[in-house]
Amino acid sequence: MALGGCRSFSALAELPDTHQILRQTCRDFADRELTPIAGRLDREHAFPLKQVQELGAMGVMAMEVPEELGGAGMDYLAYSLAVEEISRGCASTGCVVSVNNSLYIGPVLKFGTEEQKTEWITPFTTGEKVGCFALSEPGNGSDAGAASTVARQEGDEWVLNGTKAWITNSWDAAATVVFATTDKKLKHKGISAFLIPMPHPGLSLGKKEDKLGIKATSTANIILEDCRVPLGNMLGPRGAGFKIAMQTLDSGRIGIAAQALGIAQASLDCAADYAHKRIAFGAPIGKLQAVQFKLADMNVAVESARLLTWKAALLRDSKKPFTKEAAMAKLTASEAVTFCSHQAIQVLGGMGYVSDMPAERHYRDARITEIYEGTSEIQRLVIAGQILKEYQA
Amino acid sequence: MSGRVLVGVKRVIDYAVKIRVKPDNSSVVTDGVKHSMNPFCEIAVEEAVKLKEKKLIKEVVAVSCGPQQAQETIRTALAMGADRGIHVEVSGKDYETLGPLQVSKIMAALAKKEEAQLVILGKQAIDDDCNQTGQMTAALLDWPQGTFASEVAFDGDKIKVVREIDGGLETIMISSPAVITADLRLNTPRYATLPNIMKAKKKKIANVKPADLGVDLTSRLEVLRVDEPPQREAGVKVETVDDLVSKLKDAGRL
Repeated sequence: MALGGCRSFSALAELPDTHQILRQTCRDFADRELTPIAGRLDREHAFPLKQVQELGAMGVMAMEVPEELGGAGMDYLAYSLAVEEISRGCASTGCVVSVNNSLYIGPVLKFGTEEQKTEWITPFTTGEKVGCFALSEPGNGSDAGAASTVARQEGDEWVLNGTKAWITNSWDAAATVVFATTDKKLKHKGISAFLIPMPHPGLSLGKKEDKLGIKATSTANIILEDCRVPLGNMLGPRGAGFKIAMQTLDSGRIGIAAQALGIAQASLDCAADYAHKRIAFGAPIGKLQAVQFKLADMNVAVESARLLTWKAALLRDSKKPFTKEAAMAKLTASEAVTFCSHQAIQVLGGMGYVSDMPAERHYRDARITEIYEGTSEIQRLVIAGQILKEYQA
Repeated sequence: MSGRVLVGVKRVIDYAVKIRVKPDNSSVVTDGVKHSMNPFCEIAVEEAVKLKEKKLIKEVVAVSCGPQQAQETIRTALAMGADRGIHVEVSGKDYETLGPLQVSKIMAALAKKEEAQLVILGKQAIDDDCNQTGQMTAALLDWPQGTFASEVAFDGDKIKVVREIDGGLETIMISSPAVITADLRLNTPRYATLPNIMKAKKKKIANVKPADLGVDLTSRLEVLRVDEPPQREAGVKVETVDDLVSKLKDAGRL
């Protein structure tokens, strides 16, 4: 497969000036505004409202959206850098940024009419409102084609019934993209996408899940009981829902890979700093090969995943196919962060197990990245599917 | 009035970095060390951009003196809202000995050339802590100065500056053109917005050599030696006040 011109890939060696300034700006924001409060947000399960508003004012909540619609008009490489730096400060905030950008705004930007974009994107660029993405159900997560939520037409309205599960941002969102079956006989080709404002009659929220990590985000069921929306709230053509969901998740995976990288880098920073300061056997523990090998393995894992993430972003920005690379990025980054956060606790020893140090929070935050937006198992299926296509006899 | 404001921005070692002295005690290690815009310069840029947003001035020009990397600092100022930049190229030995006297000569020359209405600088740089450039620039231009500013307000064709001084706050009225140096509480610098980071790419940075401005870079100062601060030593406990007094006398403190 011919790939983009050399200019795109020199970015892997050294980022362009704008991207360097963007990365530094997001890093400064994370260091000053997120790192100091991340522990409290986690303990109190508190949505970072003020910080989301500030990020909105900077343009981070709608990075790919064109300026005319209120966004920052930047590319996906910039987006990956921003999500990584934000997540390095606070994984929950990184998650909110990623869900709003990739999962909510993403599909509307790609499949919406001009009117839908103005109505459903512009108010969500400022940080005042965030959106969510409702695909999974109690009966199906990986098995997305089996959507049992249904939508029937009644006059000039769609009426939706069903339950969606594990919806991130649900309690804090002002709108959602929902996937429902409009033609059961067509199976996964009979699923359509809808836009529903929140709150809305017929839409209610289940209890907030009590999660292991990313506790400052809200995760809950969305229950639809004769929820009525105008016909104009269908997103994209009838029956295109599955395709919209899959394409949206392709991009979303780059965002989650970036989130995982941020947490992994934070774990590595924590472990490396501790290795300098902690004295044991008469010297800083960084002198011990056992610790050195861990730090080396952590850095290799993060940097490899980072390069895969940047490559996926660059391919997407060059409008080349990027499904396989996005899956590879998400797979490696999420496995890297599970590894890094685990080893960081090991380097810290007892200190890694208590909340005085952020290592335990990174460990808990890391775990979700191998699950949401496509489990590691699904990523492997996606990658294998692409490989087999490439090698088709 | 031209409505043009010159803002000086200095590239310094980042405030969070642990400073290390070179083994030969000639200077501090700068290679591979993270650098960023001097925090007081950020405050200066923010003030200038705010004045422009209030439509009290028309153009913000960011100036930095240094090697190639000084352009990064100018770009950060552009991303914060400055309109254009001027990079005064100083590198090698000249850069090692560059100090307030030379920089103020450069700033004064540029202020005249650009017909600036106002020059805003940080009160001091966090690397050398000189706190001299603003004052020297004003003297060279024979302009009034409002240093350690915690508040700046235009009052007709005058400028009201509230200054942070040892005894509290001092309010002065100065005429323009003038030099102002920014203190900590003047404002809280903004994070660059992404659209502004994109726009900064297109803004111009002019390259100028000190010789073009008729400035002689020769330093009048020579750094003899740089040392780490002394390591903090353990204290000593004493039993009585007499012991304390005699220990203080021994140490030459009384």
